[in-house]
Amino acid sequence: MQLWLIPVFPLAGFLLNGLFGRRFSKAIINGIAIGSVLLSFAWVLKTLLGLGELNIPHAEHYFTWIQSGTFSVGFDFAVDRLTAVMLLVVTGIGSLIHIYAIGYMAHEEGYYRFFAYMNLFMFFMLTLVLGANYLVLFVGWEGVGLCSYLLIGFYFTKKIATDAGNKAFIVNRIGDFGFSLAMFLIVVNFGSLDFTTVFQAVPGKSEAALTAIAFLLLLGACGKSAQLPLYVWLPDAMAGPTPVSALIHAATMVTAGVYMVARSSAIYTHAPAAMEAVAIIGLLTAFFAATIGLLQNDIKKVFAYSTVSQLGYMFLGAGVGAFSAGIYHLVTHAFFKALLFLGAGSLIHALGGEQDVRNMGGLRSKIPWTFATMVCAGVAIAGVPPFAGFYSKDAILLAADRHAPWMYWVGVITAGMTAFYVFRAIFLAFFGRYRGEAHPHESPWVMLGPLVVLAALSLAGGKLFNVPEFLSPLFPLAEEGHDIGPMLVSVAFGLGGIALAYLFYVARPGLPDALAASFSGLYKLIYNKYFVDEIYAAVVVDPVVSGSREVLWKGMDVAVIDGAVNGVGNRSQRLGGLLKRLQSGSIRSYAVWVLLGSVLLLLAMGVAGGLR
Amino acid sequence: MTAGVPLSWYLILSAVLFTLGVAGFVFRRNIITVFMSIELMLNAVNLSFITFSYQLKQVNGHIFSFFVMVVAAAEAAVGLAIILTVFKNRSTLNIDDVSSMKN
Amino acid sequence: MDVILFLIFAVIAVVCGINVVVQSHPISSAISLIGVMGSLAVLYLLLGAEFLAAAQVIVYAGAIMVLFVFVIMLLNAGSETRRGRSFMAQLLGVPLLIAFLGLMAFFVQRLFPGAADVHFGAFRGGTALAVGRALFTQFLLPFEVVSVLILIAILGAVVLARKELE
Repeated sequence: MQLWLIPVFPLAGFLLNGLFGRRFSKAIINGIAIGSVLLSFAWVLKTLLGLGELNIPHAEHYFTWIQSGTFSVGFDFAVDRLTAVMLLVVTGIGSLIHIYAIGYMAHEEGYYRFFAYMNLFMFFMLTLVLGANYLVLFVGWEGVGLCSYLLIGFYFTKKIATDAGNKAFIVNRIGDFGFSLAMFLIVVNFGSLDFTTVFQAVPGKSEAALTAIAFLLLLGACGKSAQLPLYVWLPDAMAGPTPVSALIHAATMVTAGVYMVARSSAIYTHAPAAMEAVAIIGLLTAFFAATIGLLQNDIKKVFAYSTVSQLGYMFLGAGVGAFSAGIYHLVTHAFFKALLFLGAGSLIHALGGEQDVRNMGGLRSKIPWTFATMVCAGVAIAGVPPFAGFYSKDAILLAADRHAPWMYWVGVITAGMTAFYVFRAIFLAFFGRYRGEAHPHESPWVMLGPLVVLAALSLAGGKLFNVPEFLSPLFPLAEEGHDIGPMLVSVAFGLGGIALAYLFYVARPGLPDALAASFSGLYKLIYNKYFVDEIYAAVVVDPVVSGSREVLWKGMDVAVIDGAVNGVGNRSQRLGGLLKRLQSGSIRSYAVWVLLGSVLLLLAMGVAGGLR
Repeated sequence: MTAGVPLSWYLILSAVLFTLGVAGFVFRRNIITVFMSIELMLNAVNLSFITFSYQLKQVNGHIFSFFVMVVAAAEAAVGLAIILTVFKNRSTLNIDDVSSMKN
Repeated sequence: MDVILFLIFAVIAVVCGINVVVQSHPISSAISLIGVMGSLAVLYLLLGAEFLAAAQVIVYAGAIMVLFVFVIMLLNAGSETRRGRSFMAQLLGVPLLIAFLGLMAFFVQRLFPGAADVHFGAFRGGTALAVGRALFTQFLLPFEVVSVLILIAILGAVVLARKELE
């Protein structure tokens, strides 16, 4: 089936554009970049159609990467139903975003570099998804982290962007540390990193070992998927171009954590404590991020916190045992979150770079297509039936309810908040009077086209792609029993959120400021993102930096190491300076030195007994 | 039988002459005098060799002395030629003035 | 008899040696050195080294010292006048010399306490015959090499001391 072609097409695109892009015209760069991703998508379709039912995974082994005693790791790709879902999402949404980026990045410096990095990202993401063992997955994992860093810092002349890139990479590293430790434990306990080998051997292992592995994997997932406490990089990552935010920080890279947890479901189901932790972390993150999203004024930051929150939902789904629901939400979220970001990009492009919603308003007549598509995304994310978000969110909330009712209620409130903040952004941007200075104009069709496609998917995708059913051989479906009660409650919360947003921002515009004034303490706390970044800086970053500077640099490096090396040099010089006085040029003193030497020699011989 | 001279006396005499040679080398300033002190040292060593040759009843010490003499002759010839050249160039026979290798 | 002869000539040698070191005019030092060599030749005879005694007088006293005297007269070297500047020599010279002599004497006494006495005529192996035989058989290679050495010395002396060609 030549699975390797799927990631290699974008890799070839990266190499061509990266090495020679400087000399290519825009048309050629576009052709290579878009073409490679489209080819990859086409190959995915061909492969999946050719593989048929996919009840057993189709694996391909390419070469033995590590061979050490009895431990060996091969570079293997495998496709099963879960992989198929991820492949379609990554290549499909990826293609759309690449096409969109032609229009968005048309006037930017470093055009070829952008597409080269995007193609490289696709390569790594596809490797991650196709990997048949933890090590190949990790290769992709690290690679997407690298591309994220490169793309966030794409506008490298702006310090905000480079700082954000650094933050993303470093925080991800913390997660990767956990992932690496988990891999070591897996090797120790199972003797292999291969998925099929490990998952078949899980039932026989001690729960303590499995729990440890699961917690460490969770740490890795928290880093990559921006969950508490490692979510801080995602809002800052909005410093990158909007297509990057859409592709990497909404649809694909951040979902790698969810994918990894779903893939390791065998381990998690046998480590209940860890699974509970997954659910709680997911739920808390969802709630926490939603509260912050309520008050942000930068439209991209609103959607960034929304992404963190929705990822929390996916983790919640995985944590309560509904892995397929989590993946379902991953798919639908890819549709509407990518759409929201691309729409925001179109909005920003229309206003010539404005990102603050307080300077927008009344744009629905001026950029109607953008408005329409964003509303589609909004109703989808709010969970309004029969659109995409409803099905996936409902599946998660129902599973949560069955697991622990308090989780359901927190989830439902969060859903209400989700609806509220998304529509807050929409109402502030498109309704009322225009408060800004620019000349809004509609985006070109190369940008609107993907928006329309994504809007259609957001509306119809939930019903069309019944992911849990597709994944049922892997993740057995829970008992059906349609609980109407909880479903109605969640829909009500969603609609209520929309209505509240309408009230605050269209009907009575003065209301938000009045409320902010009366709850000013709480308002300040939430508006400043609970001061999490400041707390991290004070507790973690500053001690490490000053420790490095004072102890390791000045103390060790300068004083000890340089001191030793320079000290050797200095001593030698001084010794040399001393010895050079021997060369006085006076023969008589030379003779005296010789005499001295011979006397000492005689003494030594006498003492040593040679002259007995 | 007449009493012989103890062997150690010859060796001590050799040591005394050698020390005198070193003293001349260290304390005199005239190059030629220094050179003569060197010859004195060589003679003292010759005496030592011949003494040991007597003690071991072999002729090897004599041969060695012979070679020492030959080399001393060659060295005297060349050394004096050098002294002549130095005198031609620097017009001084003071050994402390020939110190351009200082430091 | 041997002891008396030894003592006389040893004393002459030492006195002449001191003279070499102490005299201010180089010519006086040269004459004293000839005296040393003469007395050493007698001592060699006492030790049975006939050939070497003769060689000492002919080569050393007769040729080398004559060369020295020629050069002294050629350079018209006068007495030494100025004081030297070697701090090292002043400071360490005397103590070291005393130490050196003391150590040598001490060790010699230790090593050869009961050694044989030297009698005139007890060793017959120092004749010209014996020396010549050893020189041309056992020590042939050094002999040839030393001849080359002399040749080189001659050449060197000639080159160094000639007048510069204009």
